[in-house]
Amino acid sequence: MALLAVRALSKSFRGLRAVSGASFDVSEGGLMALIGPNGAGKTTIFNMAAGVYAPDEGEIVFAGRRIDGLRPHQICAAGIGRTFQIVKPFAGLSVLDNVIVGALQREPRVPRARALALGILEKLDLAAKQDLPASSLTLPDRKRLEVARALATGPRLLLLDEAMAGLRPTECDQLVAVFRELNRGGLTILLIEHVMRAVMALARQVVVLHHGEVIARGAPAEVVRDPAVLECYLGEDAEV
Amino acid sequence: MRAGALLAVLAAALVALPLAANSYFLSVATLVLYFAYTGQAWNVMMGFAGQLSLGHSLYVGLGAYAAAALFTKFGVGPWAGMWLAMALCVAAGVAIGLLAFRFGISGVYFALLTIAFAEFTRIGFDHIGWLGGPGGLFLKIEGRKTFDLANLRGGQTMFYYVMLALAAGAFALCAWLLRSRAGYYWRAIREDEEAARALGINTFRWKLLAVAISAAMTSLAGVFFAFYYNNLFPEQIFHISQSIEIILGPIVGGIGTLFGPILGAAMLTALADALNNLVAAMGWDIPGVKQVFYGVILLLVVVFVPNGIWPPLAKRLGLGRGS
Repeated sequence: MALLAVRALSKSFRGLRAVSGASFDVSEGGLMALIGPNGAGKTTIFNMAAGVYAPDEGEIVFAGRRIDGLRPHQICAAGIGRTFQIVKPFAGLSVLDNVIVGALQREPRVPRARALALGILEKLDLAAKQDLPASSLTLPDRKRLEVARALATGPRLLLLDEAMAGLRPTECDQLVAVFRELNRGGLTILLIEHVMRAVMALARQVVVLHHGEVIARGAPAEVVRDPAVLECYLGEDAEV
Repeated sequence: MRAGALLAVLAAALVALPLAANSYFLSVATLVLYFAYTGQAWNVMMGFAGQLSLGHSLYVGLGAYAAAALFTKFGVGPWAGMWLAMALCVAAGVAIGLLAFRFGISGVYFALLTIAFAEFTRIGFDHIGWLGGPGGLFLKIEGRKTFDLANLRGGQTMFYYVMLALAAGAFALCAWLLRSRAGYYWRAIREDEEAARALGINTFRWKLLAVAISAAMTSLAGVFFAFYYNNLFPEQIFHISQSIEIILGPIVGGIGTLFGPILGAAMLTALADALNNLVAAMGWDIPGVKQVFYGVILLLVVVFVPNGIWPPLAKRLGLGRGS
């Protein structure tokens, strides 16, 4: 059963076709990565799923309901959380207050939202830093905070926009462990990722985009041997 | 705990003040409370929700004219008139907010829009003959000995207590707002609007709410202004200098904090008045000395304590992060 279904999705920017008839499903409880070279249309698909803009053609169905064209806050209310590639903490607020903002989406009363937020900080190993201003966190901690905040809204699907970008390999591995744990707990995850180390370690399915079209899909180990994928990443006649 | 104790001492001192102070000193204190109140109102929009208004004189003026017109033309007292004042100002604020937020106008451009609305309202009121036009609207002055709270006709002490009640009410309201869901959402919007949206916050609606509350609060300052000064001129009450004077207190005291607007208003108003007296006592005639003084203070604050005086002071007093 697909939790998120992307069907024949297209989007152009001033004549440039960024996404062209892309279709794929993310199954409930799945952990899927959307990969592809720069300009393949990954971020465009991500932004349409997150409500940043509406597709020109095609539809996005989440839990049986059309969500394309909804605004970002409605997407969140529908049960999709997201992170930003360039992290956007509420810098002037404490770590705890950052997460409370997310938790208020699920629990409008502040004391209960606070309790919810504390539980999530515990889960992401940020509880010890709850009173620090978010601006004082290191990059790996900011990425965790971003995930914590999104989780606090109670999503069924988490969209990760290059969550590993800028991290050192060990930091990357730690975050991979966090996502794997969340997925084991039942959370469906769709990630857009450049860092292949993370994709190979994390994803159970991979969808490869090139020039806005899906050119391959399958398990990570299969996909990296696919001739079409090798061609788009490494050029023709490449030997591996 | 310490913040509570400090607040209690401050409240007691303010309540007892008329016992010790003469009428002149009380008038300065009233002015301090007036700017503490308007600063608090402006702070809801800018300090909490991050929406810069440079046109708050619009709400002071509309509130003042609404209540004064009802009183002079129809004999309706201020306690009834304030509801019309609030309704008018909320409508004006929401109209500006709808226009700006619908079209994604923010930051400096939003500030310019608020100035524009205040300015053309000022010019508009110059042409409303029914309300006196540029010649002004006047309220009948009773003897300063009367004590008619229902019609706000009375002496300095009465106005002092009315303003104190307003300022205390605004403080309590802001303290509550900051701890409520709205406070969290506003600060999220102030820090990063896109991230706020991604967390399910309908930023359009919450920003409008901030404008509406700020406008409603400011309108009451206008009602007070009308009954306290008994004369209204569009050139004065809608003037941009009125808006600037409202925002100086919170900027000097600390934008987004609860005590900042009070501290800033106290410093600026009291010191400016002392300076005026000093200048007069020396027999000098320096027009605009107050404005120069404000400029110097603002400069010093921006250079040395860009977050305002209150946050570092709160740290010194051991009051945590200054809210």
